[in-house]
Amino acid sequence: MAPHERPHVAVVAFAQSDHLRTTDELSEVEMLMPVLHEVLAATGLKTSDIGFTCSGSSDYLAGRAFSFTMALDGVGAWPPISESHVEMDGAWALYEAWVKLQTGEADTALVYSYGKSSPGSVRDVLTRQLDPYYVAPLWPDSVALAALQAQALIDAGETDEPALAGIASRSRTAAADNPHAQLKGAVAQGDYAVRPLRTGDCPPIGDGAAAVILAAGDRARELCERPAWISGIDHRIEAHGLGVRDLTASPSTRLAAERAGVFERPVDTAELHAPFTSQEVVLRKALRLADDVTVNPSGGALAANPMMAAGLIRIGEAAARIHRGASDRAVAHATSGPCLQQNLVAVLEGETRD
Amino acid sequence: MTSVPSPEVLRAPLVVEFPFTRSLGPVQSAFLTGLRERTVLGVRTGDGRTLVPPVEYDPVTAEEIRDLVEVATTGTVTTWAWNHEPRRGQPLDTPFAWVLVKLDGADTALLHALDAPGPDSVYTGMRVRVRWAGERVGAITDIACFEAYDGEAARTGTAPHTGAFDDPVTGIVAAARLDYTYSPGRAQSAYINALSERRTVGERCPSCRKVYVPPRGACPTCGVATVERVEVGPRGTVTTYCIVNIKAKNLDIEVPYVYAHIALDGADLALHARIAGIPYDQVRMGLRVEPVWTEGGRYPDHYRPTGEPDADYDTYKELV
Repeated sequence: MAPHERPHVAVVAFAQSDHLRTTDELSEVEMLMPVLHEVLAATGLKTSDIGFTCSGSSDYLAGRAFSFTMALDGVGAWPPISESHVEMDGAWALYEAWVKLQTGEADTALVYSYGKSSPGSVRDVLTRQLDPYYVAPLWPDSVALAALQAQALIDAGETDEPALAGIASRSRTAAADNPHAQLKGAVAQGDYAVRPLRTGDCPPIGDGAAAVILAAGDRARELCERPAWISGIDHRIEAHGLGVRDLTASPSTRLAAERAGVFERPVDTAELHAPFTSQEVVLRKALRLADDVTVNPSGGALAANPMMAAGLIRIGEAAARIHRGASDRAVAHATSGPCLQQNLVAVLEGETRD
Repeated sequence: MTSVPSPEVLRAPLVVEFPFTRSLGPVQSAFLTGLRERTVLGVRTGDGRTLVPPVEYDPVTAEEIRDLVEVATTGTVTTWAWNHEPRRGQPLDTPFAWVLVKLDGADTALLHALDAPGPDSVYTGMRVRVRWAGERVGAITDIACFEAYDGEAARTGTAPHTGAFDDPVTGIVAAARLDYTYSPGRAQSAYINALSERRTVGERCPSCRKVYVPPRGACPTCGVATVERVEVGPRGTVTTYCIVNIKAKNLDIEVPYVYAHIALDGADLALHARIAGIPYDQVRMGLRVEPVWTEGGRYPDHYRPTGEPDADYDTYKELV
């Protein structure tokens, strides 16, 4: 292999749970296991065949330390496996696995993530990821921070409340075809949650899990008829001070997209992790999406937003469209932190069909 | 084998609470001490911008920055959001606006609350001023909130400030409390429900046939769901143990005492419990034990010797 050539890595399988408001009857591993079995069955791989396993989740959702070690029971970690965990959305676990495959240390990887928001109050839980000196002591919840961004966009003339309602409606209408979605069809915009955002502008709170399998080179072709090749992937972060940033723009998404090669050729599909309607406005601009791009045909995070899995699901949904031939070049985006603080962008491509 | 329908889902409140104690660097210390003294400080970057609240490193260049300046206590709202249902811990308990405020003299905005009669009285560009808390301790909450203000700017530019105060604040205690309702899931609910009848149940892996106690719904070796419920014990064998010599806080067990791994009869995984009813220095591997329940206890208080002969090492060596 020439030095400039790197193994190509593809998403070869994707599975997700149904996303539900509560799953009291299931522990995290019980919720996760069917998803792991489904994604393995799609490729015929057994856990012992997997070269690297990486997961994403958050102890703060569970209210317990090292909660991810319990979920590992669902993987089968004996004899010992090569495994890693990120305290983030599974999209970042996928990034780590992608790096591992690029090094040639493994040719397959299992990536999974899950979150149960139902045990706690996710609006309050997410305040604990904020700057602990100047911000967290004020307990600004996730909806409030998104609302500040929405108002900044309205003031800048980039959107208005009817346009935001249109994004909500389009997303949930699209989700009618998604059997896993939590909120679908006609959903009322509702009252203000934190003005200017109405309940319809906000994602449902729910529990869910997702998993993908990555494979490199010929292994990908063996495991999947039409692999979704990751032709580029990058993630960037912005200053944590909200007042330092221009909330109407997402330079980190733009930069990640440039580095991932989004702008080299047109994309036909975009799966955007925009939990709030207003964030889609920011992302469309950052990614320079043309009007003919199909945005969030799955319904996106407005239809199902299981914390720590919703970003990985965007990559999985984009890949699944390539697998079934509904897309040739898709962009997938994941976010983390308040007001789109951290952003990951991946370009997925299918080989030309005869 | 019994295949029992899911018992009623168990739920219990779970409170996670911790007073995070954080030390402050020179810049944060000056800023928070300043708030205690009704003085708002920012920090000047290499390219001449003034950041409020101040940070120790330039967010653009990552250069260390220390040049403190004083800015006004008046400013302009750069964006806002009306919060009609304040949540626990937020600055005001009556409806208020979240605001980002660019103080006069500053180039960046500070997040806080604005006390206003209603959303119709708030707008981007609105002039506001700091309302100080009555009692100030050196924390962001020393700013009680902002309030509408139609007077002159308290200061138009910035003035250099040494950041030196008497009795500087060098740390904060950031209290965090989150409330959960914990549900243990199907497998652990069955375990807990059986304990209430003084029975111990595990689950058998359909693949490797091992019985896990307590069950968590999955076989960690095979990565498959475990569903076949198996009653184990009540007697078991000590597989290994330790002697505890340090008394834990709020624990009224006299030291030294013995904590052991116990393989219940029929189980393929040892659980752990305290051993009593025998001098601590006579506990040994292979000792046969049985649970002792106390009145109203929801799990065995401890295990005690049964008086049987010790188990042969070969019978439990796989479980050590």
